[in-house]
Amino acid sequence: MIERVLARALRSGGDFAEVFAEDRRSSAARLDDGRVEDMVSGRDRGAGIRVVVGETTGFAHTSDLSERGLTEAAEAAGAAARSAAGGVHEISLRRVDAPAPNGVDVLPESVGKATKVGLLARADEAARQAGSAVRQVSAVYGDSRRRILVANSDGVLASDDQVKTRFAISVVASGDTGMQTGRESIGHTVGFELFDRYRVEDLAAEAAGRALAKLRARPAPSGSVPIVIKRGSGGILFHEACGHGLEADHIAKDVSVFAGKVGEQVASPLVTLIDDGTMGPEWGAYAIDDEGHPAARNVLIDKGVLTDYMWDWLRARKDGRAGTGNGRRETYQHLPMVRMTNTYLANGTEDPDEIIRQTPHGVYVAQLGGGQVNTATGDFVFGMTEAYLIENGELTEPLRDANLIGNGPQALLDIDAVGDDFAMGGPGTCGKQGQGVPVGTGQPTLRVKAMTVGGTAR
Amino acid sequence: MSAGELSELAERVAGWARDGEQVEAFVARGRDTEIQVYSGEVESLSSAESAGIGIRVVAGGRQGFAYAGSLAADVVEETLAEARDNAGFASPDEWVGLAVPDGVVAADLDLWRDDLAAFATADKVSLALDLEKAVRAGDPRIRQVESAEWGDGAYESAIATSTGIRAAWRRTVCYVSAQAVAGEGSETQTASGYSVGRGPGDIDLAKAASDAVERSTRLLGATKPRSGHLTVVFEPRITATLLALIAGTLDGEAVLKGRSLFGDRLGQAVAAPSLTLVDDPTDPDAYGATAYDAEGLATRRNALIEGGVLEKFLYNTYSARRAGTVSTASAVRAGFKSGPGTGARALSVLPGATGPDEILASVGDGLLVQSVSGLHSGVNPVSGDFSVGAEGMLIEGGAIGRPVRELTIASTLQRMLQDIVAIGNDIERLPSSATGVTLAIADVSMSGA
Repeated sequence: MIERVLARALRSGGDFAEVFAEDRRSSAARLDDGRVEDMVSGRDRGAGIRVVVGETTGFAHTSDLSERGLTEAAEAAGAAARSAAGGVHEISLRRVDAPAPNGVDVLPESVGKATKVGLLARADEAARQAGSAVRQVSAVYGDSRRRILVANSDGVLASDDQVKTRFAISVVASGDTGMQTGRESIGHTVGFELFDRYRVEDLAAEAAGRALAKLRARPAPSGSVPIVIKRGSGGILFHEACGHGLEADHIAKDVSVFAGKVGEQVASPLVTLIDDGTMGPEWGAYAIDDEGHPAARNVLIDKGVLTDYMWDWLRARKDGRAGTGNGRRETYQHLPMVRMTNTYLANGTEDPDEIIRQTPHGVYVAQLGGGQVNTATGDFVFGMTEAYLIENGELTEPLRDANLIGNGPQALLDIDAVGDDFAMGGPGTCGKQGQGVPVGTGQPTLRVKAMTVGGTAR
Repeated sequence: MSAGELSELAERVAGWARDGEQVEAFVARGRDTEIQVYSGEVESLSSAESAGIGIRVVAGGRQGFAYAGSLAADVVEETLAEARDNAGFASPDEWVGLAVPDGVVAADLDLWRDDLAAFATADKVSLALDLEKAVRAGDPRIRQVESAEWGDGAYESAIATSTGIRAAWRRTVCYVSAQAVAGEGSETQTASGYSVGRGPGDIDLAKAASDAVERSTRLLGATKPRSGHLTVVFEPRITATLLALIAGTLDGEAVLKGRSLFGDRLGQAVAAPSLTLVDDPTDPDAYGATAYDAEGLATRRNALIEGGVLEKFLYNTYSARRAGTVSTASAVRAGFKSGPGTGARALSVLPGATGPDEILASVGDGLLVQSVSGLHSGVNPVSGDFSVGAEGMLIEGGAIGRPVRELTIASTLQRMLQDIVAIGNDIERLPSSATGVTLAIADVSMSGA
C-alpha cells in the first residue's frame, strides 16, 4: 500500500516522495500545591507526506491512515510541489535497520497510574523536608511512546519505537529578600526503569537546595568576567554557541558564522565537539531519524578544527553527499529539518577543582537554564539558574539568576581550561522554527576566559 | 465536518456524563497553509487540516483529562474513558469543577474572513515572492533573505459541558514575514519584518519589507558597549513582550499558590502612576480578541493596573472559586491537547501624550532596544529577576546614535514597573497577547564590555 501511495504522490512528476507515519501515546501527571492536580493521556496518530520537485517541497498531512486518506494527502502534497513534468514511477522498498541506542526494560504503559502518581507525592514530601523556607512545590511525571515508519521513493523503509520517560520538580522558597526558585529534571530514552537509576527524593533535594541557597544570593555582576561552568548542564553553551550554526540549512543559506570554515581552526585546541544520536539512553537518542536514516555519531569539531556540519537528507542530497542522520520533526504534522541530537564536549585532562583554584576572580555556573542564538551574527545568550562568585580561587556567595551573553566563535576560542569530569546534563527541548524536539547536552567542567554576565550589581 | 457538527459532537460527549460526574468536551479544527520562498523559488508549501478533542471529567472533586488528535467516533469514546480513568488518580480538591453559565453576554465579534478561504494559492505564493524581492531591493547592503513566507489559518472551536456551557467561535489569520540579512565586509546583522491580519486585505507588504530592511541595516557597525546604568526605551514590539510577562505574574492561580511576586499587593501602588494596564479580549482590533474564553465563558474587559495601583488578578473557574471570587473569563489553552490554564489575551496600556521622537529627546542619553533574546532563560516570574540579551541603538543627545550588540539589560520586574518614565502615544497592533507602544524605563543595568 505504501508503494502505491508513493507512486501516486509522484504521478504528476517529482523527484522524491516520502511517507512518514507516526503513532504517539503519552501520559503525564502533575502535582502542585500538595495535590495531584491531574493525570493526562494523549493519543496522536497520522502521516505526513512530502514530495520534492526541483527546489520545491510540497507537504500535506492527515490523521486518516487508511489508503484513501493517505492517497488524498499524497495528491495534495504532489500538487503543492507544482510538478512540472509527469512520469511513471515504480517504487520498491528496502528495509533499513539500525540498532536501538539502548533497550527498554519496563514499558511505561505497563506501569499502573497509581505508581506514577506515587512518585510525585514522594518528591513533594522530600522537597518540603529540605527546609522551612520551602513554600511551594510542583512536580511533573511524563512518558511517551512514539512509533514511526518512514518510506520513500528512493526505496527506504524504516521504523523505530522511541520510548521516553522524564521527571521534573520545581521548588519556591521564600525569605526576607523575596522568593527564589530551584529546579531539577531527569529524562532518558528509556522506560520506567529510569526510577531504578534515579531517586525522585534526590532530585527534590537538589531543586530545594537551589531555591534555598538563592535566598541569600546577591545580584550577579554586570560586565565581562571569567566563567567556570560545572560539568553537565553547561553543554547548552555549545548547543547555542556553535551547534545551531553547524546545521546545514543555515550553512546552505549562508546565514551562519561557520559557513565555509570546514578545515579551519574555529575553537581552542581543547575543544572536541560531538553530536551523537546513538548515545543511549540520552534524551536525544534514536535508532532511525525522521527521514528513515540511522542515527550516527558525528564529530563536528576535532581539537578545535571544524570537521563537518550536521545534515538532513534534503540538504545532503543537494550537496551530493551522505546525510548524518540529523533529519528530525516534532510530529507527522511537521516537515523535517536539520536538528541536533545529543551534543557534547569531549573530556579534557584537568582537575575541575584546580580550574576553580586557578581562577582569581569570576563566576562559577553550577546550573544553566535555556539559551538562544542568532546564527547569522553568532551572538548567543544562556541563563544561569545556580551560580556563585569566585573570589581568590574559591566559591563564595550565591548569585541571583541572570543571562550571560557572548559571541559563538569568540567563546569557542576563549575556552582555556577543560576538566576530566565529563557528564551529560538534564533533558532539553530545542526549539527551531516553531518545532520542539528532545535533545541532550553535556560537557566536563570548563572555563571561558571572558563572557558578559548580565547582572545588576553596581 | 461543518462548524455545527463540531458543536454537536461537543454536546453529545457532554451528554455522556454519568450521575455525580461533570464532563467537558473541547473540540477544535484548524486549516493551515504555510509557504516559504527562497531565492525566487518556492522552497516549501504545506497545507493541511487537523482536528482533535480534549475531554475533562470531574468526579468526587477529582479531575482527569485526555485528548486525541482525531474526531473518529471510537477514538472519542476511548478518550472519554481515559479521562474518566485518569480522574481516579487525582487528589480530591473541593474547588475543582467546570464553568457554569454566568449570564455575561458574549461580545459580537467578527473575526472570520471568507475571502481568506477564497484566496488562491498562486496569489499567496506571489505575495511571498514579492516580499522577498522588495526586501532584496530595499538596500544594497541586504545580502540575503533567509526566509520570506506567507502563512494563513482558519480555526474553529466548540465547547460544551454537562453544566450547561455551550459556545462556539472561529477566527481566521494570515501573515507575511521576512528575515533579512544585511552585511558589510565580514559583518552580518539580521532583523525581521512582518504584517498580520485576519484576511488578505489587511496585509501591508511594503511595511513588512521596509521594517526588515531598516531594522537589519541600522544595526550594521554595531559594537559592544561599556557596562553602566541608563534609561532604556523599548520599541513597541519589546513593550508588548514585557506586558505579557507582567500579566503572567498576575495569574490568580499563582497568587493562591504563593508563586506571584505581586500576590500580597492588591490595592497598592506597584507601578508608576502613569501606568494603566487592561486586558480586553472583546476589543475586535486586538490580535487575541475572542468572544469566549477556553472554558466557554463570555470574555470581558479586565483592568489589572489603574494609575499604577494593582486592581485585579486574572482567574479561570477553578482559581476564582478557590479565591472566593468570580472568573474573569481568562481561561486559555494551548489547543485541544491541554486543559484550561489562565492568561491574558489582549493587553494594552493607556497611551501617553508624546510620540517616540519626543521620548528619545526627553531621555537624552540611553539605549533604544530593538530586539531581545533569552526571555525564557532570563526572566524569572517568581523572583522577578529580569536579564535578557539585547540589540539596539544608543540614544545620544536625544536622538538615535550608534548601534550596539552583545549586551544584556537587567533589572527586576518590580522595579521596572516603578521606573517607567514615559509611555508613548504610538499604539501598534501586534501578533501578540499585548499591544505595543514606546516605553521608557529608568535605571536599568546594561552589561557589555
